[in-house]
Amino acid sequence: MPHVAQPESIVVQLNALAGGLFLLSAFGMVATRQVQGCMRFFILQSVFLASSAVLLGLELRSWHLIAVGVINLVNKAILIPWLFKKTVSEEVYTKREISQVLNIPISLLVALGLTVGAYYLASPMLKVGAGLPALANLPIGLATLLLGAYTLTVRREAVPQLLGILSMENGAFFASLAIAPELHLFIELVIAFDLLVAVFVIAVLTRAIQRRIGTTEVGSLAALKEESVR
Amino acid sequence: MIVIAILVLPLLAAGLCAIPTIGRRVAAQITMATFIILFALSIRVALRVIALGTYVAAPGWIEVDAFGALILLLVTAVGVMACLYSLGYMARTTHDKSLLFHYYANLNLFIFSMLAVPVVVVPSITWLAVEFTTLLSVLLVGFENSREALEAAWKYAILTLMGAAIALFGFLVLFWAMRQAGSDDYTWAGLVSVSSHMSPVLMRMAFLSILVGFGAKVGFVPLHTWLPDAHSQAPTPVCALLSGVETTAVLYVILRLMPIAHNSLGASAERWALVFGLLSVGVAAFLLLQVHDYKRLFAYSTVEHMGIIMTAVGLGGAAAHYGAMYQILSHALTKSLCFFAAGSVLMITGTRNIASVKGLMRASPLAGSALLLGGLAIAGAPPFAVFLGEFSILRAGINQGHYFAIGLLAVFLSVAFFGILLHVNRMVLGRTDPTVELTPRIPWTCSLTLFVAAVPVIIFGLYVPNTLHQLLIRAAAIIGG
Repeated sequence: MPHVAQPESIVVQLNALAGGLFLLSAFGMVATRQVQGCMRFFILQSVFLASSAVLLGLELRSWHLIAVGVINLVNKAILIPWLFKKTVSEEVYTKREISQVLNIPISLLVALGLTVGAYYLASPMLKVGAGLPALANLPIGLATLLLGAYTLTVRREAVPQLLGILSMENGAFFASLAIAPELHLFIELVIAFDLLVAVFVIAVLTRAIQRRIGTTEVGSLAALKEESVR
Repeated sequence: MIVIAILVLPLLAAGLCAIPTIGRRVAAQITMATFIILFALSIRVALRVIALGTYVAAPGWIEVDAFGALILLLVTAVGVMACLYSLGYMARTTHDKSLLFHYYANLNLFIFSMLAVPVVVVPSITWLAVEFTTLLSVLLVGFENSREALEAAWKYAILTLMGAAIALFGFLVLFWAMRQAGSDDYTWAGLVSVSSHMSPVLMRMAFLSILVGFGAKVGFVPLHTWLPDAHSQAPTPVCALLSGVETTAVLYVILRLMPIAHNSLGASAERWALVFGLLSVGVAAFLLLQVHDYKRLFAYSTVEHMGIIMTAVGLGGAAAHYGAMYQILSHALTKSLCFFAAGSVLMITGTRNIASVKGLMRASPLAGSALLLGGLAIAGAPPFAVFLGEFSILRAGINQGHYFAIGLLAVFLSVAFFGILLHVNRMVLGRTDPTVELTPRIPWTCSLTLFVAAVPVIIFGLYVPNTLHQLLIRAAAIIGG
């Protein structure tokens, strides 16, 4: 590694702050009931992801990372929410979710457990990576990945389930700032495009489900079981 | 050049299919022509690979080796048959004919994504191609727009995209492990060459993330729950593609990772493969016994076969690797025949319920014998290709002294054998049920597909052409490292 940051560097400390807020917005997605609130937390999370990339770009004097930050900001904080509003109807968007599989206090406890688990999983890797400037990003990214998976299993509404997946990808990217900052920019760009396609396809599917079945509470769909065959 | 053409052609065809009035009217013909050309091009690529080794189209980005060529051949071969079947099947089962161009345009895009997986050598782009196989097939799964189809499409999308996100983390850690080992060559071959210097801590994380993440898409137990839904609710030609080659294309990525993981982690990589493989075979074999829907029967059999291939890779050694490659080939061809037969039964009887279908052999000798042939072949009866593949895997395991694993595998295979034949016999033999209304005529393109699909299933059990044999041996050597 050519640039090894000093621990007291203000930029690295700011990056740690962005990391904390990034993780906090993943908790926000677990705790909020409003579909729109969930979306706001996702946008916040993406903004913190972008700021971490830009901060590290400044620290390492890497235009590459700054570009990654800008790509993420434009894609996840502007394009994806806009595409959502365009394709999913107002009714789905302003919904309030009444029934989660687990209630919110229990959910938050589980989320806390998952975060501790993520640090435990990451600790052997932290030893390997000792000396990397943004190492704190690795456990935070892993924790967000797990929290996203959790969000998507306990949510019953279509949009929060998709946001759970997007949050998982955010987690993977947040970790990548620490472990793979030199990843080809072309790859970052096509992955950004891939997320747009994913949002579009899922939104089209959500609309079809709403029209055909009359609900977007996908968690309660249960026509397909071994017993029920036409 | 040929490989670039293979990637560009389906995209062009998808665009042509969507052109208002002119393109839309002949969308089916455009797709059929494209798929036949793709198959011919894949054969040329495979022959070049056998003669010269790796086929390089864009150095460091797009290259095809023997394993990639095998997947290319299978995807395009099943693609041609699925398209031929679609011509008759979709025309009969779709109410609004003006929407059919959506189907064909989407089919082209889906084939494009599956062709991209084996030709791209940058792992992150391979990840992307796998993600696109989901995104470009979700709307095909839900194409019939029924409650069940939409539910299946949703489960398919959410579970496999979740898996892909976990796998993405794995690929990023893999990149890190490569940088740690002092390499800059982020291609499959480059990873293999530095794999013995990679940190086992990082490699374990990367390997398990990708195994679990993509395992969800291959259908490994316990992440298989979406698979019987999606593979039974999609239109039949799409089921053949999903079950026959999409699962295989994703498994290809996991198998590519095996030599890298083995060089860094040693035997524990194989142990994980063995655990996932045997668990999938075992659970699927017992689930096969209790199905009521014959399309789900074949879907569970896909989970079983993915498990068999993974078990073979877990056993390790050249003989088992060859068995795995042979099993990939025979499963893809046999499973598509099974689904074409199942789709014909659905057109004749109008029901998916096993108990409602009786005496198929009398109602429609063609569909009945195709289902019987497909059922026998996929269950692993001699002299069909699946039997040979399973037999060579069992023998390889015994030669290496994996008695416990082979014992378990043999028990599971027998359970699955009886499970499949029990259900198929009930449907094929006996008297027809007079209360069920039958429409015995199926479209001619579907009948033709049944004949075409049966040919390799019968031949490859008795005789494998030498060129194909060479391709399988080289592909097996690649997963051996």
